[in-house]
Amino acid sequence: MTRYIIRRLLWVIVLLVVVSAVTFVIFYTLPSADPAALRAGRSPNPALIASIRHNLGLDKPIYVQYWRYVKGVILHFNFGYSYQFSQPVRTMIFQRLPATISLTVGAMVVWLLVGLPVGIISAVRSRSLLDRFTMGASLLAISAPVYWLGLVGLYLFANDIGKVHIFDGSGTYTGLTTNPGRWFGSLLLPWLVLAASFAAFYARLLRSNLIETMSEDYIRTARAKGLRERRVILRHGVRSAITPIVTVLGLDIGILMGGAILTETVFNIPGVGRLAYEGIINADLPVIQGTVLFGAFFIVIANLVVDIGYAFIDPRIRYT
Amino acid sequence: MSPLLEVEDLRVTFQTEDGLVHAVDGISYSVDIGKTLGIVGESGSGKSVTSLTTLGLTRARNTKIEGRIMWDGEDLTTAPEDKMRRVRGNDIAMIFQDPLSSLHPFYKVGWQLMEAMQTHREISKHAAHERAAELLELVGIPDPRKRVNQYPHEFSGGMRQRVMIAMALANEPKLLIADEPTTALDVTVQAQILALLDDLQSRLGMAIIIITHDLGVVAETADEIAVMYAGRIIEHGSTEQVFHAPQHPYTWGLLKSIPRLDTVRNEELVPISGRPPSLIHRPSGCFFHPRCPYVREAHRRIDPKLESVAAGEEHEVACLLPPTVRSRIWNGLRSGASPASLRHLVTEEDQVAAQPLVGEVGE
Repeated sequence: MTRYIIRRLLWVIVLLVVVSAVTFVIFYTLPSADPAALRAGRSPNPALIASIRHNLGLDKPIYVQYWRYVKGVILHFNFGYSYQFSQPVRTMIFQRLPATISLTVGAMVVWLLVGLPVGIISAVRSRSLLDRFTMGASLLAISAPVYWLGLVGLYLFANDIGKVHIFDGSGTYTGLTTNPGRWFGSLLLPWLVLAASFAAFYARLLRSNLIETMSEDYIRTARAKGLRERRVILRHGVRSAITPIVTVLGLDIGILMGGAILTETVFNIPGVGRLAYEGIINADLPVIQGTVLFGAFFIVIANLVVDIGYAFIDPRIRYT
Repeated sequence: MSPLLEVEDLRVTFQTEDGLVHAVDGISYSVDIGKTLGIVGESGSGKSVTSLTTLGLTRARNTKIEGRIMWDGEDLTTAPEDKMRRVRGNDIAMIFQDPLSSLHPFYKVGWQLMEAMQTHREISKHAAHERAAELLELVGIPDPRKRVNQYPHEFSGGMRQRVMIAMALANEPKLLIADEPTTALDVTVQAQILALLDDLQSRLGMAIIIITHDLGVVAETADEIAVMYAGRIIEHGSTEQVFHAPQHPYTWGLLKSIPRLDTVRNEELVPISGRPPSLIHRPSGCFFHPRCPYVREAHRRIDPKLESVAAGEEHEVACLLPPTVRSRIWNGLRSGASPASLRHLVTEEDQVAAQPLVGEVGE
């Protein structure tokens, strides 16, 4: 097990190096605004652009720039400085992380609380009216893009522009430590919007898994033991049907921790996702590079955690 | 003394998209305390449905259950779910065909045994764990104290079936239903499991219903045998009677398709031709007539009743052939004659349908 984890961690490093290199290459080969020109003001002259270029290190060959960057990350955990704000990227990301974590964890709680019970009930009452309704509704929730759902939510329910004033509107995000009440209120609508498609997807996934599991021989054994149906479903059925969900959950959290770009942008939440968006808009390579690396890091770590967790969930799996 | 379990005219039908499935069609049998009943039949003959219905496990919206299953003065076909739960795994326990998939893969064997106990009685965790190890020892699993903390995938097929038996015995049931307990196992392991069941029965005094498609399985263990075909019992008698004076052409077919080592000549195995009938669109007359080598015209119209072979005898059969003809055919079959060569015995008796034998038509 330990050897397995070490081997996987080494692969994580390899993967992150590859991801950062690919981001570098993409940034330089694809047409994008010249970062130096963007910063040279309204009437740029070649000398000014050249000096900005020199200051940002953009006049060096790309492999030199990449080498400097990697050296900085490994030796000093330094992700460079934002072209736009001249701040350390590391600090910028760490400042943005609490908002992203708040959004992700809150939404996860919502989608699990909704998705799992709905999935179980639909499976147990499969083909009933309730099942047909929830599965129809879930199809809608999966199909609705999150930015559309977010805008509609704001248009209908936001305090400022909404038809009915229920939730705090866009751009009201407050830190948890600053004011827990405002924090909760400002994130409620984003949580619901972000969780909608996930809840629907989890409900459908659990439903189909559970229906399949409930026809297994060991479920018949559990019933023949004289267990209550409730126990048969929850302890025997769901126990098996939930395992694929754990995998998906790990990956989803990893992805969202890297930034829920659309949700954060629609609701103007200062998270990592919106930082990435701003970086792209401003051709701010260090910020793009930093957020991409962070996202990749969360995803591969989530992957690793899921794989290790699987050994605990399913006793048949052993790593060597 | 009244029997332990008494099934009276049980009928189970399932409504499906293709039509009404007559899974069990008016069967009656009883099991006495400490005795073993073997129920024999092909897949789809309704033998498993019968036993699952006894435990109330076939109840569903699309299922209709008629008749009575009397247990301890109560009819289990109509007993409330609460009562059924107290019967399941407590008074009546069941083991299944495939021990590989019948245990939950994610729970330790000991946990699953303890759950069986704790469901029906107040027992401390520690005591239940102790008893789980004792049960494993009882069913002949070596090193039970270590094995109790292992997962099912760490056991071989035969050992898993022993675990299933241990779990069934956890609450000292009065009746054990074993549904194809040896089908998924190696031949050598089969014999061990059957010997174990026999041994446990003599020690614990429980009654056993063994459900199988293999007459060989019940030959040694059963006191009584019921042969099922298309949801009905077509022959019913003591093991002695069914093996030595079988009455139904289907039973003959089953007996002749078992390889035997004790016969003198190199006897050919004679498979039963054709396939089991559809339980939705059942044949007219005798359900066995499309596959019966001794079919007569009248058999296509008349539905035989299960009747005593001779007045006052317990041996019953549902066959339209006259008893004398039946005994002559069986004697012929026993001495190695082929079914086709014995057909003249039926012709002499009556005008045979002017149709070729099913076996000659070919599939």
